[in-house]
Amino acid sequence: MREREDEWTGLMRSAISGDSAAYHRLLKAVTPVLRAAARRGLARAGQPVDQSEDIVQDILLAVHLKRHTWDVNAPFAPWLFAIARNKLIDALRRRGRRIFVNIDDFAEVLPGEAAAETASAGEVAAQLQSLPARQRDVLQSIAVDSASIKDTAMKLSMSEGAVRVALHRGLTSLTAKLREQ
Amino acid sequence: MDTDQLIRTLAADNFNRARPVGFVLMLALLAAAPVSLLMFFAELGVRPDVMTAIRNPFFDLKFAVTLALAVSAIAVSLHLSRPEASMRGFGWWLLVPAGILVACIGGEMMMPQRAPMMTRLVGSNSKACMMAIPAMSLPLLAGALIGLRHGAPARPAVAGAVAGLLSAGLAATLYASHCTDDSPLFVATWYTIATALVTAIGALAGSKLLRF
Repeated sequence: MREREDEWTGLMRSAISGDSAAYHRLLKAVTPVLRAAARRGLARAGQPVDQSEDIVQDILLAVHLKRHTWDVNAPFAPWLFAIARNKLIDALRRRGRRIFVNIDDFAEVLPGEAAAETASAGEVAAQLQSLPARQRDVLQSIAVDSASIKDTAMKLSMSEGAVRVALHRGLTSLTAKLREQ
Repeated sequence: MDTDQLIRTLAADNFNRARPVGFVLMLALLAAAPVSLLMFFAELGVRPDVMTAIRNPFFDLKFAVTLALAVSAIAVSLHLSRPEASMRGFGWWLLVPAGILVACIGGEMMMPQRAPMMTRLVGSNSKACMMAIPAMSLPLLAGALIGLRHGAPARPAVAGAVAGLLSAGLAATLYASHCTDDSPLFVATWYTIATALVTAIGALAGSKLLRF
């Protein structure tokens, strides 16, 4: 536990100083933990756990857009879990307004932190469709076609700078749309 | 979009470095300050006898109280803009201006006074005080909230309330240079009521605007 968290802190420090590969590894490493926490939260609230992936993506977006509020001299895990808790509470509150009663959920055996499979999530994908065409094209090229920024710029005949701007704006407005829904 | 795809996208956006919350908050406050200053110089202005007033320690101490409030609230609001932060260990900062005010009241009590206590407390500008401080606070509060939106407060209403304290402290600093009521009893009563109002507005606005 302790070791894992020290590793996260190290990866995040590298990420902050510009190492995107470290950042990618960090996000991959925390995702199963976030997923397990989201499932636990949903199950405890009597909600279907198959919605956990929406919450995981919501948390990841918040981690990304708020990472400047992490103090590089502090351990990373408490910051991460504070963001995750906040987003989970938000999500449960939002879902509380809809009615979901499914008795099978109570029988669900809670998976451990090894729950690593990637379920599909609907919310980010749905909001993606409401973005301006440019931002959507850039996000899709990088996310779905796993193209680099350079390749995306060539494919869409944009400058690399414009791709970067569209990418960041796209992620920011995705997050805003998720919050408002 | 599945989560692996999202992660790939976020990693591609890693080059994008956001500015620290403190920097953005300062910019937002600097942008809002001219609006409050304009309101101040258009409607109130510095009191005409300011050159003699600065020799009165109780005139000067008004600024100690209001500036202590503004500075400690800025420190606390920056602390609270981190999601894992709690008020514990930091809330006492907000007691500094209250402590100065209590010491001032004690000091004034020990001095011979021309006017009775109730007269000093009621003063002659209470209405102006309760109008001017909230009015001049609002542009600053808007600026503070915009700046703090850049952060990630775990408790948006509390962060909004501290933004209210911060803007009321700055607005009260301006107002103090206009007001001729220098008694700490006046400050403790009317400035506090005005500040409480702004704090409540801040808490309400913060609970909506500072969620991330």
